[in-house]
Amino acid sequence: MRDVAVISFSQAKSVRREADRNEVEILMPVVHEARDRAGLDKRVDFICSGSSDYLAGQSFAFVSGLDSVGAWPPISESHVEADGAWALYEAWVKIQMGYADTALVYGFGKPSMGDLPEVLALQLDPYTATPLWPDAVSIAALQARICLEQGVVTERQMAEVAVRDRRNAKGNRFAQLAGDFEVEKLLAEPYLVSPLRRYDCSPISDGASAMVIASGEVARKVCKNPAWITGFAHIAEPQELGVRDLTRSRSTEIAAEKAGVGKGRVDVAEIYGPFTHQELLVEKALGLDRSVKVNPSGGALAANPIMAAGLTRIGEAARAISEGGARRAVAHATSGPCLQQNLVCVLEG
Amino acid sequence: MPEAVPSLTAPHRLQYTYKRSTGPVLGRFFGGLRDGRILGVRRKDGSVMVPPKEYDPDTGEALGELVEVGTAGVVKSWAWVSHPREKQPLGRPFAYALVQLDGADTPLLHAVDAGGDERRMTTGMRVRARFAAERPGGIRDIECFEPTDEPAKGKAKPLAESELPAPVELVKVPVQLDYLYSAGQAASRFLRGLAEGKLLGQRCPVDGKVYCPTRGACAEHGVPTAGEIVEVKDRGTIVSYSVVRVPSENIQVELPFAAVTILLDGADSTFTHVMSETKLEDVHMGMRVQAVWQPRETWTTSMKNIKYFKPSGEPDAPFDSYKDHL
Repeated sequence: MRDVAVISFSQAKSVRREADRNEVEILMPVVHEARDRAGLDKRVDFICSGSSDYLAGQSFAFVSGLDSVGAWPPISESHVEADGAWALYEAWVKIQMGYADTALVYGFGKPSMGDLPEVLALQLDPYTATPLWPDAVSIAALQARICLEQGVVTERQMAEVAVRDRRNAKGNRFAQLAGDFEVEKLLAEPYLVSPLRRYDCSPISDGASAMVIASGEVARKVCKNPAWITGFAHIAEPQELGVRDLTRSRSTEIAAEKAGVGKGRVDVAEIYGPFTHQELLVEKALGLDRSVKVNPSGGALAANPIMAAGLTRIGEAARAISEGGARRAVAHATSGPCLQQNLVCVLEG
Repeated sequence: MPEAVPSLTAPHRLQYTYKRSTGPVLGRFFGGLRDGRILGVRRKDGSVMVPPKEYDPDTGEALGELVEVGTAGVVKSWAWVSHPREKQPLGRPFAYALVQLDGADTPLLHAVDAGGDERRMTTGMRVRARFAAERPGGIRDIECFEPTDEPAKGKAKPLAESELPAPVELVKVPVQLDYLYSAGQAASRFLRGLAEGKLLGQRCPVDGKVYCPTRGACAEHGVPTAGEIVEVKDRGTIVSYSVVRVPSENIQVELPFAAVTILLDGADSTFTHVMSETKLEDVHMGMRVQAVWQPRETWTTSMKNIKYFKPSGEPDAPFDSYKDHL
């Protein structure tokens, strides 16, 4: 295996609605900042992006994202219809295979243009589930109820997750929801889609993030504190909710095992939990003990720029190493209904 | 850099009816629903999966032994939707639920009508399918489930070939999603220019090329074109064209017409529009053209302000003047 490290990261401030900028206008400063911070003396060898056409409601919407990178003379470029964390995985493989030494990865989404919970019904089985138009909150609520009734999580624990993340987000200027909340008061709030309350759900966020990774030779030359990617794996579960055990995140468990999460002490974990109970399931699946600092950035419950939020978890974990003095960090990204697909990345200083 | 402007917005509807081939397993499942029956598929371990799948999700083995399960079952989990969206199965508060039908080992996702009363919902309650009056073959042939006292029926029933429902070959899934686009800075400037009868471009800060219209970036250099705003002429040179013989509701000219790529005077990027007031056979590369605008009082922030382009009567432009834009 080649040594590969995160050498720079940048993100946009997440907002509920970017009224006055289109996707490229949101993305461009973020991409430029990541590239400038990387301090490379030539163009990156490979570019990979993550986005979804359904967020924009038009085909090939990701092509406009290329306006931000400068595609002439022709570049080596790829795209995943998924969170930027999976774009990062593709770029990492490209470097592992020796086809590139440096790569720029970005993810962007502007879900405010449509009705996101409804748009996400399109990721369900197109024959038997999508025609019923179950929104994303309802789908998550089905999982939450099973977890609650089987005693896997409690409503109090879920509220505590929301309180923790949004308190942590006070230190994150890119977050959308931050502040001090009280568990008791949250528990007194009405249900949104029972058994989920509004605070159990991540906000809808417009945003973007970008990252540059490099092989060991390059990273050591240009970066003082690279965050080395020492484990990386992603696993998918079946699409059908009925055949899955929704009380645990089996694919996170397997990905964590493959990425070697348990091989050393974890200082920081950045978890992409779009709903409070999902963050708890992932925390358990990663096998983290109580000493681990979870979501110092506030996680997805503080800002969920869909298609960038997973990449942002990895960026925040890398930052915890490069700037925050952490030695070993774990980042997680998820995609699909009820934590269907999960990615785990281990970073070390 | 010009000051930030409020973005223009416009509604956008994405609408499409997917026609999906069902295959041998789902085809029979939907055929069953059409007949008011519910089918599952038996896995190698003997368990029954509803809805049926062509392959075992754990082992990847092909599956094909269809069995009939009950039309009633038990709620394994539910989510209460107090404000249903328009496309959702019921117009009043209802539950999405995972319903494990009698004889099935996996639950089916559907809706439960509890009369709009969340207090009637409990995990473990029994519900039965309420079939729709019209059943074209699809998951919505079941309108929803409703509470029932009907006792559990037990095992799934094996089906002989002759007992299988006729398959539904194709299901139609209409998708309609509504968006509110915001044009962003660059396109808003361009569209506001159009409302005043102007074509506004922006200059690339690297090589000075003028892009019109622009998304706000020079795609060649990957930099913002947020600097100087440049007015380009509403006349230019045809660099390429094609003849269109299929109708489109967005095009206001009669068929057949020439769609043209035009290099506007003062711009370094091309612009696509349609030609009129000319014979199709006269349209050619290098032809000089000018915009024909709609009456001024009808101008809005829209490309439709320009009706079409027509020949300007000037002599052809030399090839060298547009060869880099082919």
